[in-house]
Amino acid sequence: MELQAPFVLEYAYKRSTGPVIGRFLTALREGRVEGVRAQDGTVYVPAREYAPNGEALGEDWVTVASQGEVLVAAEGWAVVRLDGATTGLLHRALSPLSAGDRAHVHWSAERRGHITDIAGFSAQPAARVEVVEGEPVGRFKQPTRLEYLVHAGPTTAKFLRHILEDRLVGQRCRQCSKVYVPPRGACPTCAVPLAEEVPLPDEGEVTTFSVIHIPFEGQRLKPPYACAHILLEGADVPLLHIVGGCDVSEVHRGMRVKAVWDEEPAPTLGRVRYFEPVR
Amino acid sequence: MRPVYIAGTAELPEVELDKRDEAELVNAVTALALADAGLGRDDVGFTCSGSSDYHLGRPFSFVMALDGVGPWEPIRESHVEMDGAFALYEAYVRLQHGDVDVALVYSFGKSSVGDQDAIGTLQLDPYYQMPLGIGPAQMAALQRQALLDAEAFPELTTGRAKGRDGAASAVLTTRPMGPRIAHFKHITDAHDIGLRGLTRCASIRRAADGMGPVEAAFLHTPFHYQGPFLARELGLARVTASENDVPMVTGLSNINKAARSGVRALGHCTSGPCLQQNLLCVVEP
Repeated sequence: MELQAPFVLEYAYKRSTGPVIGRFLTALREGRVEGVRAQDGTVYVPAREYAPNGEALGEDWVTVASQGEVLVAAEGWAVVRLDGATTGLLHRALSPLSAGDRAHVHWSAERRGHITDIAGFSAQPAARVEVVEGEPVGRFKQPTRLEYLVHAGPTTAKFLRHILEDRLVGQRCRQCSKVYVPPRGACPTCAVPLAEEVPLPDEGEVTTFSVIHIPFEGQRLKPPYACAHILLEGADVPLLHIVGGCDVSEVHRGMRVKAVWDEEPAPTLGRVRYFEPVR
Repeated sequence: MRPVYIAGTAELPEVELDKRDEAELVNAVTALALADAGLGRDDVGFTCSGSSDYHLGRPFSFVMALDGVGPWEPIRESHVEMDGAFALYEAYVRLQHGDVDVALVYSFGKSSVGDQDAIGTLQLDPYYQMPLGIGPAQMAALQRQALLDAEAFPELTTGRAKGRDGAASAVLTTRPMGPRIAHFKHITDAHDIGLRGLTRCASIRRAADGMGPVEAAFLHTPFHYQGPFLARELGLARVTASENDVPMVTGLSNINKAARSGVRALGHCTSGPCLQQNLLCVVEP
């Protein structure tokens, strides 16, 4: 009964830095650590746009030392107050460090205007580094990735097992008798679990549609194509799917369509490649 | 302020969780809480939930889950990407408007489908911290070490509460049914741990201001060192720390425990690196 599948959520963010963080990261690329000074004399490292009291920062800059005092260190990480700074900078501990130790900034071999231009802190003095020239930093790329093992859950699992056998099966609410497809955990009108299964034909009618012309990341079909709400015969709620097998200009409300199934059995609604016009 | 009472509470036994979809979870746990309160779905004037798609690995899971409370015809509803304790706070504030007398709160979460620490990393400052790859466990290790360095405690246990799946629900009402909410505050510290001293928790101290004495305290402590630390910050001799941690649920569950305790009791929820945010809810019979 249990159906599970790996799911990867990833995206390559392009982060705008704004002028303050951009200047801090530009200095890192040049092999220096800069801080911003507030009116009360506090020097914030790393540079921040606002002090905790709301004061806007970024007018008054100071270059701080590339060494300082360890405020705390544990499990390969350290917060270090660089000489000339008031606040602590969090980064990797490259050598064993403890509170009160002196630590030095060690630079990465390649620097691009990013917080990892610093390799970390070490008790050992660091070699001087060359300035890496370039435009002021205004943006950087930051990939993110999360991996999951997702369980379909009982309701969706049942539906997907039917899909494996070329069948679309809906659920009828025992209170209001509405038939839902794809499956839901509960009837949104009556707030009761949907227990009764109802076999449905793989044919229905387009109730509304939208033609997609714009390419986007992760897109599976080549634009233009039509996304449509398709009301299967016997169902009360439309199913969102693709209309294919015809020119997008032919797609219209009330159009009769029928599922085109993939030969390859797979427990996914994607097994219906698209709905095509019934000619 | 209108007095607000916790009329009903519920949690779902963990064994059932793997067998249910989000909407079924929500349907079951809210039905239990409403039954506990002796109220029906038609009595509910506002619904508020706490959950995180990142913890569940399902885009729009919070929208799908809403089916479980019957959102058609349309209902007054809100959602926070936080623990249900914060949803409870929103519901409490919503009841102050005066036009609604009963609010339903629920939250659900699973720690088993993804890497909770990797999700914690993505919640950090995206410029200076997230790219380093540091996670909540390493942040916690830094705070624990800072407390030991300051000789604030002779020793502090390493380790953390066990990750679990779960769901919780509570029913709030302005009618005198069940224990009354006597104190409800949440306060946040600066996100960057380099900006705040780690040996004090200023946010929980401020949240506790005016809280009064309690006979029981259910604290949300994802890491074991946090139990004695927060007990000291709150000036409490005896507290109940978290053995298990259910993402988005433990805080609400703590408030439910306080409500069921039969004494003047505290329920706590934390969020963010090194106890950045702290919510305190005191209930009295």
